Amino acid sequence: MSKVKEIELLIIGGGPAGLSAATAAADLGASVLVLERDAKTGGQLVKQTHKFFGSKKQYAGDRGYQIGNFLIEQCEKNPKVEVWTETTVLGIYEDGVVTAEGQGKHLKIKPEKIIVATGASEKMIAFPNNDMPGIFGAGAVQTLMNVHGVVPGQRVLMIGAGNIGLIVSYQLMQAGVEVAAIIEASPTIGGYLVHASKIRRAGVPILTSHTITEAYGQESVEGAIICKLDEKWQPIPGTEQDLKVDVICLAVGLSPLTELCFQADCQMKYVPELSGHVPIRNKYLETTRPGLYVAGDVSGVEEASSAMVEGRLAGVCAAYSLGYGNDVAPKLQAEALAELSELRAGPAGQKTVQGIMKLMDKGGAAC
Amino acid sequence: MLNKTGVPTAEDVITVSPSEERLKQGPVAIIECFQEIPCNPCTEACKQGAIQPMEDINNLPKLDFDKCNGCGVCLSRCPGLAIFVVDASYSDTEAIVRIPFEYAPVPQTGEKVVGLNRSGEELGTFEVKKVQSGGQKNKTYTVWLVVPKAQAMDVRGIRLGGIRHAK
Amino acid sequence: MRITEHPILDFQRGEEITFSFDGQELKGFEGETIAAALHAAGVRVLGHSQTMHRPRGLFCAIGNCSSCLMVVDGEPNVRICVEKLKSGMRVETQQGKGCLR
Repeated sequence: MSKVKEIELLIIGGGPAGLSAATAAADLGASVLVLERDAKTGGQLVKQTHKFFGSKKQYAGDRGYQIGNFLIEQCEKNPKVEVWTETTVLGIYEDGVVTAEGQGKHLKIKPEKIIVATGASEKMIAFPNNDMPGIFGAGAVQTLMNVHGVVPGQRVLMIGAGNIGLIVSYQLMQAGVEVAAIIEASPTIGGYLVHASKIRRAGVPILTSHTITEAYGQESVEGAIICKLDEKWQPIPGTEQDLKVDVICLAVGLSPLTELCFQADCQMKYVPELSGHVPIRNKYLETTRPGLYVAGDVSGVEEASSAMVEGRLAGVCAAYSLGYGNDVAPKLQAEALAELSELRAGPAGQKTVQGIMKLMDKGGAAC
Repeated sequence: MLNKTGVPTAEDVITVSPSEERLKQGPVAIIECFQEIPCNPCTEACKQGAIQPMEDINNLPKLDFDKCNGCGVCLSRCPGLAIFVVDASYSDTEAIVRIPFEYAPVPQTGEKVVGLNRSGEELGTFEVKKVQSGGQKNKTYTVWLVVPKAQAMDVRGIRLGGIRHAK
Repeated sequence: MRITEHPILDFQRGEEITFSFDGQELKGFEGETIAAALHAAGVRVLGHSQTMHRPRGLFCAIGNCSSCLMVVDGEPNVRICVEKLKSGMRVETQQGKGCLR
């Protein structure tokens, strides 16, 4: 019978939220183990070549991968943080045991506190031949290009003009790949307009109220048919265009990866503003399962800057509940909450604010 | 409309443009930022104190054209690549437009490039006067283009030259 | 195709090694994923679906979607998008659900 490893704080997921949580908790004195299923930590941050927004506190002006490297270094330097990569958490059980698979071995861990920071995964849309080689999720294109330095193809149709669609299109252009067009079904561009503007002034069209009607090709994508939509989001006959592309990139939204929360018996709620099923949690990010916290996109799809602050908040709260940082924790909690409010104060943050209010079923200010 | 096309309209641009007089005096920053998003590095980049610190980081930047000396630090720091510097005092007939550039290959001084407007339409072929590197960490280049004065408020991009790949 | 000039990133590639794909010798870099090496060599069709024989390739590239399963050194159902390339690896397209010995 294999041994059960007893630890203070287990963090599942080594992306921006998980790494920020690890450092915050360890700085207060807690012993932390971070489990990451990928070969490297840093999550999606390490694929981001663009400069980040927010304020200095969230490293605004630094490029995503530079922020990622900084967070990774902080964890490496901290003697109270242990990180196991290529280790996939399999389950969180009633008796408090967490199982994982790493290096071909089955592991059992008994943490006192858990932070789930597993992020989100890409949504899919239905259209004929959407299963062909050459059709990728946006994250896949980023992974190929920015991690491996391999281009996904020569000419891309990007579906989705949210931040991910706009940013990945820009990254494709930086990698020397032609972007034929960005199409967006809704009548407006969902992402930051400055991202859209820099793409437009490089000559790439952004077509709102357009959708894909089919992809075609023999063994892989050779083209796509797109068409315009009317105000009722119905295709307008006669507006079809045939685009010769060998890559179709789907950037149509993310869904929180909450399987572990469901399994751990957290109370869940479907909140469209947060992009799907999310665990009910209080303002300190603790779910209905005592001692289990969430941070980052798993708690509601948002941005990397808020993922980092949520990570810090969850890390401080978990460490505090373990008995660490009695003198400084309340101040750190208040600071993190204030930063989250600040990030969400503008029009761009309203959706998240409303989503959190629905989740907590409260009127008044949410954070 | 900007939120449908991603292209600032003439009306949008007027809200951030200095007077003709100020343009003639020398280089000045044009901050083409029209959407309230949480972002404030420009306020910290400006050493002249020309960009007001924001109480709420979602506020649009407010530039004092008289305090601005057109140094271009904000241009190279803006995460949205939304800042340009225009110097209409360059000559009797020409102005310099400085744009942020993050593609490869980077244009060379003296090279002729095709200039584009905010919609990506070609406006003509222009000479590259100077290319400044943003440095090891920043990596955003500033490309100085010589354009006819009348086009100084239109030229905002370069037709990309394509990248050489290994086969 | 591999990116040689990038405005922001500097690609640190491992040692160049050879591996085989369906009997054909291909080159790749040690430590990159098998999927990256195949794409760099122009291989985008990684298999065909069982019943309707529709071509399959990468979708998520991060181990979530099971679109990229291939046989690696005799082991079936390997997610090549997360499996790292090693010198001399034998990569084959999988027929059907794979044979577990």
